[in-house]
Amino acid sequence: MAIAPLGERPPILHMREVDKTFNGGVVALRRMNLDVNEGDFISLLGPSGCGKSTALRLIAGLMPPTLGRIEWEGGQSSDDLGVVFQEPTLMPWATVEKNVFLPFRMRGKRMTSEVKDRIYEVLSMVGLENFGKSYPRELSGGMKMRVSIARAMATNPRLILMDEPFAALDEITRQKLNDDLLSLKAQTGATVIFVTHSVFESVFLSDRILVMAARPGRIIHEIEVDAPYPRGIEWRTSQRYGEVAREASDMLHGALNLQEAAE
Amino acid sequence: MTIADSGPKVASKTDAGPMFDADEERRARRRRTEEIAKYVIPLAVMALAIWYWDRLVVWNEIEPYILPRPGLVLQTLIEDWGTLFQSLLITLQITGLALLVAIVGGVGLAVLFSLSRFAEMSFSPFAVILQVTPIVSIAPLIFIYIESRLVGLLLCAWIVAFFPILANTTLGLKSTDHNLSDLFTIYKANRWQRLIHLQLPSALPYFLGGLKIAGGLALIGAVVAEYVAGTGGMGSGLAFRILEASYRLQIPRMFAALILIALTGVIIYATTSLISHLALRKWHESALKRE
Repeated sequence: MAIAPLGERPPILHMREVDKTFNGGVVALRRMNLDVNEGDFISLLGPSGCGKSTALRLIAGLMPPTLGRIEWEGGQSSDDLGVVFQEPTLMPWATVEKNVFLPFRMRGKRMTSEVKDRIYEVLSMVGLENFGKSYPRELSGGMKMRVSIARAMATNPRLILMDEPFAALDEITRQKLNDDLLSLKAQTGATVIFVTHSVFESVFLSDRILVMAARPGRIIHEIEVDAPYPRGIEWRTSQRYGEVAREASDMLHGALNLQEAAE
Repeated sequence: MTIADSGPKVASKTDAGPMFDADEERRARRRRTEEIAKYVIPLAVMALAIWYWDRLVVWNEIEPYILPRPGLVLQTLIEDWGTLFQSLLITLQITGLALLVAIVGGVGLAVLFSLSRFAEMSFSPFAVILQVTPIVSIAPLIFIYIESRLVGLLLCAWIVAFFPILANTTLGLKSTDHNLSDLFTIYKANRWQRLIHLQLPSALPYFLGGLKIAGGLALIGAVVAEYVAGTGGMGSGLAFRILEASYRLQIPRMFAALILIALTGVIIYATTSLISHLALRKWHESALKRE
């Protein structure tokens, strides 16, 4: 699916002056502004405690903002979101097929041949078309994560939220899944917000990197990564990749310094 | 050249072959022995214990109205089979029915508690009071107020059996994975979807654990209640047969009825374990076989 270049994409979600304060008085986010456009691959990059996961939970509607607004372009519907957590979060009692069926079921759909075709289509995109009848415990950690990604993408949601999905995986599996995620994105044109604390992951995957600082959590810098998709080993080893990684890394250090100054 | 070259290789292969096989064979033999021993050892020990019981009676010249020989117990079991079997059926019927009502009541109440915190606040004290009060002390009252003997027995067995099911299922319904619960929220699942597709499957292992306990308790409840109810007649279970035999000093018959009660307990435990295994073997950690 062709994606418009940065700056020409229609917006789908706006966060306006969003504050989130927890009961204990901890300010998790202050005055966060973010426009998400169709086809964006946004990374929220920051040290722990910078509110990146909080921002994701706010967008997911799991909690309300203390102040400010989160607006969906054209209103919100139940087809808006797909989510991948840090854990695969599969139902252990259900087969892979039934797990991917979950978002369809929640929308009142039955397991028709049409739905089943779609389920096996996304499963084959993540290389698991032969595991539809397996139970999660029969799969490796990386395979479970693929099922989780397939589930998030199955219904073609407007926005996919990913909360450090590969943090618990080993380096080799992680790189493989990064490659797979990009090819999935190329096929579906999905819009993704990806939370990570890895500079290299964010530079490899995304076209917008938002660097966040903690105490209070806020966006301090945005980097646009102009490298074209599909990206692969050439991008990972290019000079430009190194430059962007350097910039992001510097910003992250800046964020940590700000944090120390605040303490 | 080729023949000369391949010669030693083949020889070394055949040398290594049998050694590997022998090791494999030893392990296979040990596995087979263990497989057989698993059944043979308990049976042999049981047989030995019964034999020792028999010898004990003979050596010490104990009278049969104090401790009968196992053979006499078996003989009584066969001779009185008509009466005892009728009673066995009644005990089984009461236990089974009480368990069934306990499942419906326990799971139903647990679901109600999970749907409404007010219901939980209102009713859980009653459930706890019923559970902590010994059934022997409630039973006489029950038989004063309830005319039908069968209903009274059922009620007693139910009171003891339903609490573990209620407590375990309530815990299970609350023990859903937080991320999965968030996922259901994001997918805008309604209450019923959440209950049926998330909470009930999560609670299943807990419920089955409760069921195993409740099965044994239902039998205890049925037996205890019958001791309290006392009066005999046609519709009497095994507990009454034991009571009756003790009044008449028919000790072998007491043993025969006791064996049937023990057997009933074993059958109930085996059945609930089998149900649990069948329901969980595909996915739950407890049913996982590790190599």
